[in-house]
Amino acid sequence: MASLLAFLLFAGLAVVCALVALFHRSVVHSAFALLGTLLGVADLFLQLGADYLAMTQVLIYVGGILVLILFGLMLTPPDRRELRPARIFLGLAVTGAGALLFLTRMDSGAWKAAPLQELPDLANQASPTAEPIGLAFLERDSWLLAFEFASVILLAALVGAVFIARRRFRVDDEGA
Amino acid sequence: MIPTAHVHILAALLFGLGILGFLRQRNAIMLLMSVELMLNSANLSFLAAAREQGNVDGAMMPLFVLVVAAAEAAVGLALIIILFRKRVSLDVDLLRSLRD
Repeated sequence: MASLLAFLLFAGLAVVCALVALFHRSVVHSAFALLGTLLGVADLFLQLGADYLAMTQVLIYVGGILVLILFGLMLTPPDRRELRPARIFLGLAVTGAGALLFLTRMDSGAWKAAPLQELPDLANQASPTAEPIGLAFLERDSWLLAFEFASVILLAALVGAVFIARRRFRVDDEGA
Repeated sequence: MIPTAHVHILAALLFGLGILGFLRQRNAIMLLMSVELMLNSANLSFLAAAREQGNVDGAMMPLFVLVVAAAEAAVGLALIIILFRKRVSLDVDLLRSLRD
């Protein structure tokens, strides 16, 4: 029952964030809503027993691909509505209130009430999946060939992306 | 223990949302984000099937999908930057120079 409730909670988070990402007018809001979807899916991976994949999802999707998308956004035109002072002050006020609440809670001693030793040891309850995945990657006749191909594809994509997006300097003008 | 059917239904829902976003957007960055959403839902489906079978192979596929997604995002964003530099717009409907 509790596991189903947790599933529904994070499935709802993923779906609602996906809806916001697809139907919000501002692309920046969409990118941050996609963050919620990716984190929700990462938690569902964890609930399905794939701890290694959940960590990879957070590292590569949230830490890599989403940051890359935000970089792309920052290099393209800004939304005029984002620059209104009222919106900036609202953002500052919300962040400041959150920081103030955090500081007062830190100071009130609520953190010392729960000693860490009484928490259950979550690391040893389920068997970790990193070991079988790592063995399957490097075993002959298993996934070794695909693993090596993946590394070549990544290298080609990186070199290609740098080649496409580089600034072209005019060398032929100097030679003439 | 979550029923496998629930996970497949959620994956189908997310994939449908990704297709909907892909078809209705014209901004190139939004297209890229819709594709990421679809890849993610496929990962979820793979993982649910892997848990059902008790097999590690189903858990390997999402890692390769992750590699493809990272390569796609890198090349796609390089193309977006070039597109913006040449056309000062991200509307994919404006890209017609390769049409006959």
